[in-house]
Amino acid sequence: MIEETHPTTGDDIIICRDVHKWFDNFEALRGVSLTIKRGEVVVICGPSGSGKSTFIRAINRLEEHQQGTIIVNGIELTHDIRNIHAVRQEIGMVFQQFNLFPHLKVIDNITLGPIWVRKWPKARAEEIATQLLERVGIPEQAHKYPGQLSGGQQQRVAIARALAMQPKIMLFDEPTSALDPEMIKEVLDVMRELAHSGITMIVVTHEMGFAREVADRIIFFDQGLLVEEAGPAEFFTHPKSDRTRLFLSQILQHLEDFRCENWRKLSR
Amino acid sequence: MTTIQQTGSQPPAGLNPIQWLKKNLFSTWFNTLLTFVSALVIFFVLKGLFTWVLTAADWTPVVKNLKLFAVGQYPIEEMWRVGTILAIVSFLMGLSWGVWGGTVRTFAIALAVGFTLIALLPFDLYPGNENQPDLILRLGFIAHPILVVMGYSLGRTSVVKSRFLLGLWLISFVLTILLLRGFEGNQILPRVATGLWGGLLLTFLLALVGIVASFPIGILLALGRWSSLPMVKLFCTLFIELVRGVPLVTILFMASIILPLFLPENLRIDRVMRAMLGMTLFAAAYMAENVRGGLQAIPKGQIEAAHAVGLTGSQTMLLIVLPQALRIVIPAIVGQFIALFMDTTLAIMVGLVELLAVGKTVLNSNPAWLLKDKEVYLFIAVLFWLFTYSMSYASHKLEVALGVGKR
Repeated sequence: MIEETHPTTGDDIIICRDVHKWFDNFEALRGVSLTIKRGEVVVICGPSGSGKSTFIRAINRLEEHQQGTIIVNGIELTHDIRNIHAVRQEIGMVFQQFNLFPHLKVIDNITLGPIWVRKWPKARAEEIATQLLERVGIPEQAHKYPGQLSGGQQQRVAIARALAMQPKIMLFDEPTSALDPEMIKEVLDVMRELAHSGITMIVVTHEMGFAREVADRIIFFDQGLLVEEAGPAEFFTHPKSDRTRLFLSQILQHLEDFRCENWRKLSR
Repeated sequence: MTTIQQTGSQPPAGLNPIQWLKKNLFSTWFNTLLTFVSALVIFFVLKGLFTWVLTAADWTPVVKNLKLFAVGQYPIEEMWRVGTILAIVSFLMGLSWGVWGGTVRTFAIALAVGFTLIALLPFDLYPGNENQPDLILRLGFIAHPILVVMGYSLGRTSVVKSRFLLGLWLISFVLTILLLRGFEGNQILPRVATGLWGGLLLTFLLALVGIVASFPIGILLALGRWSSLPMVKLFCTLFIELVRGVPLVTILFMASIILPLFLPENLRIDRVMRAMLGMTLFAAAYMAENVRGGLQAIPKGQIEAAHAVGLTGSQTMLLIVLPQALRIVIPAIVGQFIALFMDTTLAIMVGLVELLAVGKTVLNSNPAWLLKDKEVYLFIAVLFWLFTYSMSYASHKLEVALGVGKR
């Protein structure tokens, strides 16, 4: 059995204390402490290279932290492979590049985890997979290969695949950054519905509209440090640090330009 | 998904034959010149070849020694074993056609037609023997189309599952070797010394054992070299680099001469087995490098996604990485198998009488045939080409079949 080094941690599902991570000599995370409550929706933003992706990848041990503590659902992430395995079963992850398995059909992508990890019978796994495909709005694509779907459809399959393990936590690593503009909405809609379902979510994204609407808390990363955390209203209206203010002005300006340009294109 | 309204437009019609000729063969004066020169060269080569093959060539050394080319010195009274194996192959091929369909059909039909043609050959199949075995042999060959059709009908009933069929092929492979070899002191299946195996039979066995055994060993070596365990990695890397740095002939000599020095007295493996061992190890090292190329082509995101779903390391390898990696390297692997098939001729160096060696033996066996080397070697070349081309055709079809949904 899995050794529960930290028994029930109450409401806190993820506890990070002073997490450090080096890539060779580059310190990507320079002591990040963060606690996330059950059912909370947290959006992480920040300039590229700020360590936000590295941070959420450390939560399910796709990156190994070299210093500090990460405790997920009462299990501490150590070198013990059983702990890592147990934590990964509680966490679903959605990647920027979808990372669907191209040699498996959509339905088999989704049932893979339940069948091999949860040891469910195939029929039950497929039943759940079909329900999930309906939930993300593409039940008719079940027997196609990922390469035959559009980017937005692939990302929705990826979300269904992560949900199939019935995780307590969902991690999103820039889920809309690789999508064409017209497909971003369909993925955000699915994520919005998910956020209201009560699952714990951590989302790395530049979609500030989504953040403002859905997040319970917004966290700003810069240069490997957690610079600011606040509720969405306060984060957008009264950012405390200069760095946050600069970032917000840049990204919102960009969005404004982008909208105008699209609007101009459409009205032409 | 958005569907685009089709307006009933069609792509422009293709070229008619004359336009095609003009576009591809006579577009410029230089192209026209090339066309004429090539046509002339092809014409004279083919004319010369066909005239020689049909009039000047004397095929007696081949025709008189068909049995030698097929199985070498394998005793005539035990030939029924080879016949049984061929019958099993035909039946399984029919079965595979029924279950898998597609490309296997081509092979099953080719097999049936080939055996029928052999049965109808207009000369004595067993020169020097009384007519009895010849007739039985012909009847045996003519039964193959029936076996193929029987297998096909059984395959169509969907009693036989695809995975099960693969197992049948593997079992029949082991059975083949046991049947050919026989058992010491057995009444029905006496031991046939491997020294008597020869010709096409031996060529096939060397290649098949090499292919079937080197495949899993090569994958394990590749995984070992890729692994993060330092000792495993070191061992696999050393093995691969050592074997790849030595010519096959040298490895065959080592397997045949040096290996027995290390083995205890009671563990004598015979010459054929030693050659098979040498070829397998050699092929495995190259296989490992091919597979490693495939492993490295798999994006890191695939492994991360598998881990994120909760798969263990070995599950990730078996379910996600290997299926994709092997698909990528099919052309390289088949190329290597073809090379291995032709490399079996090197077994002549350690005294095995495979197809090419039979050719030499035949040429030396009769002073009148000494000058018939063109015919004999052409015959052998055509045989090799037939089998290697089938392999590359099968590989091409396999790539197409496995490429589903992958763009």
